[in-house]
Amino acid sequence: MISLIIFYIISALVLIGSAGVIFSRNIVYASFSLLLALLGTAGIFVLLLAEFLAIVQILIYGGAVVTVILFALMLTKIDDFRSLSNINYWPISAFLTLLALIVLIIGIYQTKIDTQNLGLVKFSKFSNDLFEYWGIPFEIASLVLLVALIGAIVILKDRGNDS
Amino acid sequence: MIDLIHIQILSAIMFCIGVYGVMTRRSAILILMCIELMLNAVNINFIGFAAFRDFSESQRIFGHVIVVFIITIAAVELALAIAIILRLYKNKSSVNIDEVDLMKW
Repeated sequence: MISLIIFYIISALVLIGSAGVIFSRNIVYASFSLLLALLGTAGIFVLLLAEFLAIVQILIYGGAVVTVILFALMLTKIDDFRSLSNINYWPISAFLTLLALIVLIIGIYQTKIDTQNLGLVKFSKFSNDLFEYWGIPFEIASLVLLVALIGAIVILKDRGNDS
Repeated sequence: MIDLIHIQILSAIMFCIGVYGVMTRRSAILILMCIELMLNAVNINFIGFAAFRDFSESQRIFGHVIVVFIITIAAVELALAIAIILRLYKNKSSVNIDEVDLMKW
């Protein structure tokens, strides 16, 4: 019972943060709302007994992603940032999004599963599986990280007389 | 007790907020933030399915592993997208996506 109350509080925080990202006029406030939503997601992970992924979420999203976004905001000047009401096709977008949400919720209720109790995934089993059965995809993911690092440097490098 | 359906509905609402943001925002950085929101909604859904006892052990471990991969790909996508945005700002001094029509014919 108490976990349900905590779940409602944390999901309210997550939804407030998400709404702040799309409705805020100030782009810095929007990035801090994104931080709120991501940390709330970490709280939901803790509530669902996935502590390792909660820690990873706080480290990568709360630490790295929001910092990188704030650096990008500092390096670009967005004084002609237009608010939401200036986009003249927003009712169409809202209608389409509501339609998708209704379809999703109907689908969720149609395929409802009566669940049992929450259970812990043992961390030793998770790590064994990650490095044995999923070993090659894990290495490919690290290769993708390396390629992205080199690609970001190549994109941002000044090409001398070229430009 | 938390049920699976609560988590699914939270994830659906968060995903639709992200979709709405992608469709209505003009600044490329805000679109990037909305994409992060959508990826997080998917993560919540995977962890929700992995948390309950009525799936088999390997299915639940699969949920956790795929969340690790999603976080990795999200970080990669963010790094590359911010590099492209900064390059765009150097060339056009604007990050509004409706002013980027270099490759339109």
